[in-house]
Amino acid sequence: MNAPTIIADGIRRFDLVNIAGMVEEGSRVLDIGCGDGDLLALLQTTRGVDGRGIELSQRGVNQCVARGLSVVQGDADTDLRDYPDDGFDYVILSQALQAMRHPRVVLEEMLRIGGRVIVSFPNFGHWKVRMLLAFTGRMPVTRDLPYTWYDTPNIHFCTIRDFMNLCDEMGAQVERATPLDRSGAMVRFSAPMWFWNMFGQQALFLLSRR
Amino acid sequence: MAINEQTAVHTDAARNEVENPSSEVMRFGPDAPLMLDSGHRLDHLQIAYKTYGELNADKSNAVLVCHALTGDQHVASPNPVTGKPGWWSLMVGPGKPIDTDRFFVICSNVVGGCMGTTGPASLDPATDKPYALDLPVITVPDMVRAQAMLIDRLGIDTLFAVAGGSLGGMQVLQWAAAYPERVFAAVPVATAARHTSQNIAFHEVGRQAVMADPDWRGGNYIEQGVAPRKGLAVARMAAHVTYLSEVALHRKFGRNLQDRQALTFGFDADFQIESYLRHQGSTFVDRFDANAYLYMTRAMDYFDLAFAHDGRLANAFLGTATRFCVVSFTSDWLFPTIENKAIVRALNAAGASVSFVEIESDRGHDAFLLDEPEMFSTIRGFLSSAGTARGIA
Repeated sequence: MNAPTIIADGIRRFDLVNIAGMVEEGSRVLDIGCGDGDLLALLQTTRGVDGRGIELSQRGVNQCVARGLSVVQGDADTDLRDYPDDGFDYVILSQALQAMRHPRVVLEEMLRIGGRVIVSFPNFGHWKVRMLLAFTGRMPVTRDLPYTWYDTPNIHFCTIRDFMNLCDEMGAQVERATPLDRSGAMVRFSAPMWFWNMFGQQALFLLSRR
Repeated sequence: MAINEQTAVHTDAARNEVENPSSEVMRFGPDAPLMLDSGHRLDHLQIAYKTYGELNADKSNAVLVCHALTGDQHVASPNPVTGKPGWWSLMVGPGKPIDTDRFFVICSNVVGGCMGTTGPASLDPATDKPYALDLPVITVPDMVRAQAMLIDRLGIDTLFAVAGGSLGGMQVLQWAAAYPERVFAAVPVATAARHTSQNIAFHEVGRQAVMADPDWRGGNYIEQGVAPRKGLAVARMAAHVTYLSEVALHRKFGRNLQDRQALTFGFDADFQIESYLRHQGSTFVDRFDANAYLYMTRAMDYFDLAFAHDGRLANAFLGTATRFCVVSFTSDWLFPTIENKAIVRALNAAGASVSFVEIESDRGHDAFLLDEPEMFSTIRGFLSSAGTARGIA
């Protein structure tokens, strides 16, 4: 059984493959919100990384521990400050930024802890979301974001453009920005940012300190 | 009814265990003294221990289980004094999380204890009288140094794992800090890298209760044929409360009355909780030596792993290859999650491989000794995968 997810499973799976492709062999990785450890296990077997995880749910942690993964039960919103500067080559937050109470603080901590930061999140600037809000006058509920406003764990949605602005404010260098379509496949053609912000359902960023 | 009117020390059965324990015994002479943190040395050391399971051919499957304040070597088999099941028989045994079908489990009584390893009730070969307070103060590092002597004598180079809760968890941390190359995996449970001021305070209350008993006789009660039963029972009663939680206590006892329909307007044990605590106190003194209680509590008070490493806990674990699994319980207020997380934080800062779970339980500190399926599942999973990494069949 999987640990509880805050986003549809299919997206998480494609996300893992895309993220794994960004991580250099043999590096030290911290996966925040590592769930049942699928990404860490994938990184260990395919990239030979030295991986660590943080996971909120006891079930997720127990699954990870039973797989031989080193995972700490904790809350990214409060526990990242416990990690030393530059302890990792990569710090990863997959599909969980929007569920953080303090996304900016979390991102800043990630940039402090790791040389590079990998973040993926659903793009609230996608045209379908815009249409739903514009024409129904209600908060969008989609296949990938199936929650209603009052019970959603996703409390801090942003668009790709919003995220780029935040990176700018934090002084984070955007090394790579990849829009993904619904299935999580990379949108290969080059296009201006307004286009990505309209048609990318997901976004995958590789950041570093400037 | 007063706590107990008996005068004998702990019972004869318990007294016999001190010199001639009904478990295996390893003896060390002046050629192999135990060097103590106090600067003293023990030229005559006896270590009482139990083993379970089989040591494999390459001696890679040994697990050392460390007991807590009033525990002993009888971790998974009936206690010879009380007849009760081993103190961690839910955790250790065939098919249990610490699986004796796969691992060779060793558990020894700590130095300063009273179940066969040299402690204050043991006879001092120099005087042929019980050491009493002439035994130097024992520390957690002393306990671990003695265990390392036992492990050496058993011909085991590297322990597959060291596991224990509370004072046992302190020993686990000390093992990992002092002998990192000899510990493949470490499981500290419901513990801390230092004893807090509040915990020292509780211990001091207990010690003062023992020493205030006129039958303590400056520690020489064995020689004088008496025992500070009341003092030790009170110490145990106070300590016992700290092992539980308000929720668990109220659920179990509420304000229920003991064998009566109404309050008696006196100071008899009207409430079930009073009767329960008195029982806990009086059964404890039947099995435990009062001076050993002083020594064991002192060892915990003195424990401060960071202090021994320039004030920085992470320094204790720098460069360690040991993999750790730290476990705490939500309702444990004696060794709360925050203390366990301090260990995790230090291990992370040292770049160590660490897993951590906080188990949801309302049973307080004692939860680590009880039936807690999530704890079992965590430790089973951790040891099982570590065993595979270690190449243990």
